[in-house]
Amino acid sequence: MSWLTNFLFSSIGRKLTMSLTGIFLILFLTVHLLGNLQLLAGDGGEKFNLYADFMGQNPLIQFISIGNFFFIFLHAVLGILLYFQNKAASGGGTSRYAVKSTKTTTYSSRNMAWFGTVILVFILIHLFQFWFKMKMTSIPELVTYDGVEVKNLYTLVAATFSNIPFVIFYVVSMIVIGLHLSHGFQSAFQTLGLNHKKYTPIINGLGTAYSILIPLGFAIIPIVFYLTKA
Amino acid sequence: MKIHLKVWRQRNGESKGYLEDHQVEADEHMSFLEMMDVLNEDLVSKKETPVAFEHDCREGICGSCNMVINGQPHGPDSGTTTCQLHMRSFKDGDTVVVEPWRAVAFPVIKDLIVDRSSFDRIIQAGGYISVNTGQAQDGNAIPIEKGRSAFAMDAAECIGCGACVAACPNASAMLFTSAKVAHLGTMPQGEVEQSTRVQSMVKQMDLEGFGMCSNTGACEAECPKGISITNIALMNRQYAGSVLGSEKSV
Amino acid sequence: MELKSNIPEGKIATKWENYRGKMNLVAPNNKRRLEIIVVGTGLAGASAAATFGELGYKVKCFTFHDSPRRAHSIAAQGGINAAKNYQNDGDSVYRLFYDTVKGGDYRSREANVHRLAEVSRNIIDQCVAQGVPFAREYGGLLANRSFGGVQVSRTFYARGQTGQQLLLGAYQALSRQISLGNVEMYNRHEMLDLVKIDGKARGIIARNMLTGKSERFPAHCVVLATGGYGNVFYLSTNAMGSNVTAAWRAVKKGALMANPCYTQIHPTCIPVSGEYQSKLTLMSESLRNDGRVWVPNKVEDAEAIQRGEKTALDIEESDRDYYLERRYPAFGNLVPRDVASRAAKVACDEGKGVSKTGLAVYLDFAAAIQRYGKSAAISQGIKNPNDDKIIELGEAVVKEKYGNLFQMYEKITAENPYKMPMKIYPAVHYTMGGVWVDYNLETNVPGLFCLGEANFSDHGANRLGASALMQGLADGYFVIPYTVGPFLSKEIRTPQIDANSPEFLAAEKETNEKLERLIKIQGNQSVESFHRRLGKIMWEYCGMARDAEGLKKGRQMIRDLRAEFYNDVFVPGEVNEFNPELEKASRVADFLELGEVMMLDALDRDESCGGHFRSEYASEEGEAKRNDEDYAYVAAWEWDEIEPKVHKEHLEFKDIELKTRSYK
Repeated sequence: MSWLTNFLFSSIGRKLTMSLTGIFLILFLTVHLLGNLQLLAGDGGEKFNLYADFMGQNPLIQFISIGNFFFIFLHAVLGILLYFQNKAASGGGTSRYAVKSTKTTTYSSRNMAWFGTVILVFILIHLFQFWFKMKMTSIPELVTYDGVEVKNLYTLVAATFSNIPFVIFYVVSMIVIGLHLSHGFQSAFQTLGLNHKKYTPIINGLGTAYSILIPLGFAIIPIVFYLTKA
Repeated sequence: MKIHLKVWRQRNGESKGYLEDHQVEADEHMSFLEMMDVLNEDLVSKKETPVAFEHDCREGICGSCNMVINGQPHGPDSGTTTCQLHMRSFKDGDTVVVEPWRAVAFPVIKDLIVDRSSFDRIIQAGGYISVNTGQAQDGNAIPIEKGRSAFAMDAAECIGCGACVAACPNASAMLFTSAKVAHLGTMPQGEVEQSTRVQSMVKQMDLEGFGMCSNTGACEAECPKGISITNIALMNRQYAGSVLGSEKSV
Repeated sequence: MELKSNIPEGKIATKWENYRGKMNLVAPNNKRRLEIIVVGTGLAGASAAATFGELGYKVKCFTFHDSPRRAHSIAAQGGINAAKNYQNDGDSVYRLFYDTVKGGDYRSREANVHRLAEVSRNIIDQCVAQGVPFAREYGGLLANRSFGGVQVSRTFYARGQTGQQLLLGAYQALSRQISLGNVEMYNRHEMLDLVKIDGKARGIIARNMLTGKSERFPAHCVVLATGGYGNVFYLSTNAMGSNVTAAWRAVKKGALMANPCYTQIHPTCIPVSGEYQSKLTLMSESLRNDGRVWVPNKVEDAEAIQRGEKTALDIEESDRDYYLERRYPAFGNLVPRDVASRAAKVACDEGKGVSKTGLAVYLDFAAAIQRYGKSAAISQGIKNPNDDKIIELGEAVVKEKYGNLFQMYEKITAENPYKMPMKIYPAVHYTMGGVWVDYNLETNVPGLFCLGEANFSDHGANRLGASALMQGLADGYFVIPYTVGPFLSKEIRTPQIDANSPEFLAAEKETNEKLERLIKIQGNQSVESFHRRLGKIMWEYCGMARDAEGLKKGRQMIRDLRAEFYNDVFVPGEVNEFNPELEKASRVADFLELGEVMMLDALDRDESCGGHFRSEYASEEGEAKRNDEDYAYVAAWEWDEIEPKVHKEHLEFKDIELKTRSYK
């Protein structure tokens, strides 16, 4: 199997791993956003809490979520590794010349590693605030819908987003995710070898739309919660 | 016109380099290298060591010249090598910083001259079609569609200067390598051994210590011959296809 | 010394075939033991080294560049000739042979040229197989275009970068042999001496340009493919590094320099713009397919243009002199290079030049743009197109054909050639002269071979366009691999050559002393300034027109300049380090000797032929007047510091009748 390890450790192999995990995470964001938008349903959190409970119980979802964690981990570790290797190969990255030229590259493509790091920190805090508390502690309290007892994650969300520093932190993080996506989306396709005179402009357009709409969707939630808090 | 030059000086690969200040009286019709000639004539007349820089054809095709000018490989004009850059692209009184290509796989030899033999080794790894002299059939035996041939030619126009590596924030050689992979693999003659070619060339490219592509597109923007990153996508695709799809591994 | 051309017996058309059938071969087991040194990695050198490697010889290959891919063959733009007759326009091996001999003004060796025409067809096949992306027609087959001096379309091309693509093909073939271990490649090594043992070439001394140390390299034979010496004129279309040193050092070891005065002045180059100019840029001859050359009829108009008061567009059609079409109606703008260059000089000498310096003529595409625009409108079904539309369509066609050349012109001159006619002037481009070789491409020093532009053999006194690439690859791929046979087949019992032999040690010592001498002068003038002065002398007295008086004067000036050089040149740094100024100094030192021999050769040849135009020998219409009775010979010069000596090889023309060359 040396061919497989050789492939995975080759420059293109590593980039492909980045690309494929990235595409998975892009898909995950859509699903996650669709679920979360139920927070704005105006039903006191019923739909959202039932959905959260379903996601926490379903074995298939559980399996995918383990994969999700693994891919986040892989994407992050590999990304950090690539950053340091590239910096070493170039002898200092973008700042290796006395005059730094930024004319030929986009802001986001130059700063993927920094955005990625911010996003990683965000994910850790985000997980601690919701996933960890939900799974490992007794907060939030239980609530009953039609005889079914589920954890009231909604109240936890509402409580968190009544806090202005958290709202700002979430909104800023979403902007960073947007920037990360604005390069990552189309870059993933280029790495997969999908570059075509006819289709690449479409992919680039989709990428731009995606990197604006998805983070915007996420950012609305804390803002709405903060503005409508009791 | 007066140009304030800051030129990279480095005695050899081991010593530490620095930027040295010079004033040069230039004419706007001079090429950038002719301006460097003026500087060197001046240094020689003062019995100082002239600035070593690589140059040969001075018509933009040999790929020798390699200066990073104000942070841009081959200077501010697009689609232009250093030797074809003219002083009319600068203004009287401008400060111009001149540095060598910077990449670990391109170590500095002296001043602005770097060692680009890593590119030769990438070609030696498979950037050819295995045909001995005399084995060829008639030139018109295989028709090649005009568009396909033009695509191969677009890639084949690479002059091997290394601006792509110098421009890339990661010092990746993907554009150079993929241009040869695309040129040869697009033509029926070269398709035969494309699968092993792409594996061998990528392997050698990795061994040379170039960085990894992160699709910033700087290479394409700075390439004096406008080689497209479409070639990189093609190589990514064919590399994965070759490793995973064929029974051969290099 | 008698110069034996070793031309095989028999009819011209079968000489090469018979030769190959009867020549001595070297068996594969012996090839493995025989070492060959190839110096130079241009078309001839790279193709020879690769082919030797494929055949199983042990090859050492040298270039002074950082990579074999940078050789100046890469800059050839227009194309490569081959007698394929794919266009069904009457081409044949004989016609290519005839055109080349006639184009060379009957001063080349018939048998060599015929062989060149024969193998031209194999070259195209070989290059296509290597993946050279030649231009193609819509049906997928190879396209052709016309070049000067011929009436068929036999030039194959890859946009305006044919030389680049052919060189990369040869470079890739060479790279393959390097990776297989058959060729040992020495980059950044400059040959500084030839080593002879018992009268045979047995190796070279090459300076490792990174460390500055001279190193000894032995082999059973040495192949020089080191290009031309056009840079003796300082300003030329050659690359800055192109030089005569390797060939000249061989001459100083006994080889002969043949016809050194045959210099090709290319008619379409971008004119000199100022004193600081370091090199001249060629605009491909292919442009003359569509461009029309003209100057104003009236000197007043030309003077107004020179003062900047008028432009080309202000000159009425009736006030323009399309002098090539007028003087040479049969070939028009596609006359050979020497004829076109001289005509440009005549026009400018009459005061009709069109640049500030008065040294330029127009190359105008307006008519072509009109013509292509109209036919494009018809093929696109546009009815009654207005003028702007025609120009737009026509410019698109011209752009497709010559886009990169137009772009290059605009970059250098900051003028738009689609709107304003190009300004062009002749410039030194190629040297037909070179090291004397026989039919085997072997010099008079046994075991020393010479290929490509570095030798003298195929182009006579003038080379036709798109023939240099053909010769380089013919010599490297298809001639030398056979013609080393007669020499090497006698060497199979020769053991490996000893690099520690007294001959090697002496040559190494001599090389080091020469370099030390240059450094020790510590004078006050730069190498560059000497080179520039030499160039001016050469251009003035040995350029487009020469006469006996000027040549004598020029010779003396070069001798004086040489003496001054060895007294007052300043070379910074040391021998044993990376020292580009020292490299330059050592090359200029050789140019200072070669230049003198060129003057002598031009003086010796009391006739005008091809690129050699002696103003004393011209017809009343100003055309070159050859003297076949007395000068149908190759002048091969033996170097001597005091008085170089000429040896003559008489040229026989059995298959082509000697006629006055006419393109009218």
